[in-house]
Amino acid sequence: MVAASGTSGKSPRYYPAEDVKAPKPSYKVKQNAAKVRKSITPGTVLILLAGRFRGSRVVCLKPLESGLLLVSGPYKINGVPIRRVSQAYVIATSTKVDVKGVDVSKFNDDYFSRANDPVKAEGEDEFFTGDAPKAAIVSDERKADQKAVDASLLKAVAAVPMMEGYLAAKFSLSENDRPHKMLF
Amino acid sequence: MPFTRYAEVGRIVLVNYGPESGKIATIVDIVDQNKCLIDGPESGVARQVIPFSRIALTDLTVKIQRNARAKTLKAAWAEAETTTKWEATSWAKKLSMKKKRATLTDFDRFKVMVAKKQKSAIIAKKMEELSA
Repeated sequence: MVAASGTSGKSPRYYPAEDVKAPKPSYKVKQNAAKVRKSITPGTVLILLAGRFRGSRVVCLKPLESGLLLVSGPYKINGVPIRRVSQAYVIATSTKVDVKGVDVSKFNDDYFSRANDPVKAEGEDEFFTGDAPKAAIVSDERKADQKAVDASLLKAVAAVPMMEGYLAAKFSLSENDRPHKMLF
Repeated sequence: MPFTRYAEVGRIVLVNYGPESGKIATIVDIVDQNKCLIDGPESGVARQVIPFSRIALTDLTVKIQRNARAKTLKAAWAEAETTTKWEATSWAKKLSMKKKRATLTDFDRFKVMVAKKQKSAIIAKKMEELSA
């Protein structure tokens, strides 16, 4: 419908010869910025609940655009590398480490995309016989980045007494624990 | 073994149930077989009729007359040093320990675990010395 020019109610003085189609409303889904829980800030100690490193206590470095959290063990302490982790599978503790001095600006979702991984050529023989777990190929770039981040992260961790031992220990529930009543 | 903890005027009680649970008060008057009037001006318990099922008698008493005013009650408490005496009992200490444990964070629980290990290591070492 053509918008009426002039006073409403009266038919407009001028309208084009052919009907002009009004643009249809776009049904494209608008992506909002990923919501991060208020309790998760850079430097929070997180408890991973699922995945390869379940039970590990880990330091949160920053939230990424996809909504995942960038996290590091530090690797020297508990073997968790710089990694992405979903908020849903994490308990955020109230313990914080001061990570202001750690530079994590180069890490984003593209850094972790599978396209960047070194390709493992798998021949036909291997396809049929080989199912033994092969050692993961970690690129030198990742190793260097891990070292760089952990150098400053370890200093921040050492500043808090007993934090190193805390991050090295794994979390588990025992018989008399009531997780709905525990404060983390 | 006769009874010693009587529900009498002046008996210090611990409120177990309700918005003021965990606080101590004094029995100021007995209403009937099931209810009494308590008051705890020092501990923040309002003067109220409360059933005996909601309170627990303690060993402490204060010397007051039936239906004493809050002002008289406060003075009697201060004279008997009720609050300090109560907090020195193992009952009160256990209650406060439970409260403290409920507020521990995951990091605190880790520190407690390490401290317990250190303590038992010291004890074990001493036991070895003694048994040798």
